[in-house]
Amino acid sequence: MDIRPDHELHQRRKKSNVMLGLVLGGFVVLVFAITVVKMLGGQNLEAFDHSVRPQLTEASQ
Amino acid sequence: MSDVTATDYSQEAQFDDYFALLKPRVMSLVVFTAAVGLLVAPIGVNPVIGFASILFIAVGAGASGALNMWWDADIDEVMKRTQTRPVPAGRITPRNAMILGLWLSVISVGMLGLTANWFAAGFLAFTIFFYAVVYTMWLKRSTPQNIVIGGASGAFPPMIGWAVATGGVSIESLLMFALIFIWTPPHFWSLALFMNEDYSKAGVPMLTVTHGKRITRRQIMRYTVLLVLVSLLTAFTSIGGPVYFITALALNALFLRGAWGLLKRAEAAAEADNYADERRFFKLSLVYLAGHFGALLLEATLRGLDLSPAIWLHLV
Repeated sequence: MDIRPDHELHQRRKKSNVMLGLVLGGFVVLVFAITVVKMLGGQNLEAFDHSVRPQLTEASQ
Repeated sequence: MSDVTATDYSQEAQFDDYFALLKPRVMSLVVFTAAVGLLVAPIGVNPVIGFASILFIAVGAGASGALNMWWDADIDEVMKRTQTRPVPAGRITPRNAMILGLWLSVISVGMLGLTANWFAAGFLAFTIFFYAVVYTMWLKRSTPQNIVIGGASGAFPPMIGWAVATGGVSIESLLMFALIFIWTPPHFWSLALFMNEDYSKAGVPMLTVTHGKRITRRQIMRYTVLLVLVSLLTAFTSIGGPVYFITALALNALFLRGAWGLLKRAEAAAEADNYADERRFFKLSLVYLAGHFGALLLEATLRGLDLSPAIWLHLV
């Protein structure tokens, strides 16, 4: 069987491959979204900026 | 599985075939009831978490569908209703159906645990086990009570949805379970009344095959009466209300009348019009269930908007 890039087999499989790609891509996006929501925990996400902010002290917790 | 006549598996499976393996129509019912279970719960869920949880519950349901099609390939090949499914039609091998089913089970349960909570995930795992092993492998071929007990697996989704939100079980989630659980026998038996030949050909011990249609009609009536009680009781819990109550009253009146009609019907009359009433009752059963869960959702929306009446009788 002569397999060239435009072989009929590739045409037939193209749809399945694209759909599977979309499913996997969607799964990655979903896991990312879940991760962000879980990390935020309903609050703002703040990076450490090398100086003490009131939010970091025990009294504010 | 008994020996199947040589099926030609040389055709190439398309994406749609794998999707069909997940029983999309059953999945849509699962999505709807699980979403209602989640949305009517007293504890709110983050929309992303809620969406993902429903998706993973649907994937879990799809996984059990694939496992069912793997195990039941020999039955599906005989029955007209299921002959075109990807495994009996020879587009997917039973082994591939099994592999897909097992992996989707692991992924859906694991992801639901990480996304929502492990109680809900355990519940989903139990549901998949119940449908694939207890119903498909064991009950379906051995007892006419197959769909009565097997119906539990279809009734768990709203409880899982509720568990995603609350992390537990309550009287409300048990009543939603009971509603689907008791609805399943009249729903499937009315189907069996006009699909009887299919089931007897495949050797599935449906009640219509083992005990005859007369007994089946009587059983449909019995379960319908029980269903009315569960349906109306739900109106007086924290998830019920006047909108649900009125909807339930109307749907139950129709359903009772339908079941009574089937009970009084002579077999000759049913055969004469090709089971028109039975088909109508089957369709009505779909409207019945969708109507109930739709009304529960509407009640939850009204509560969210502070539009539900201040005075409503709550028994539980």
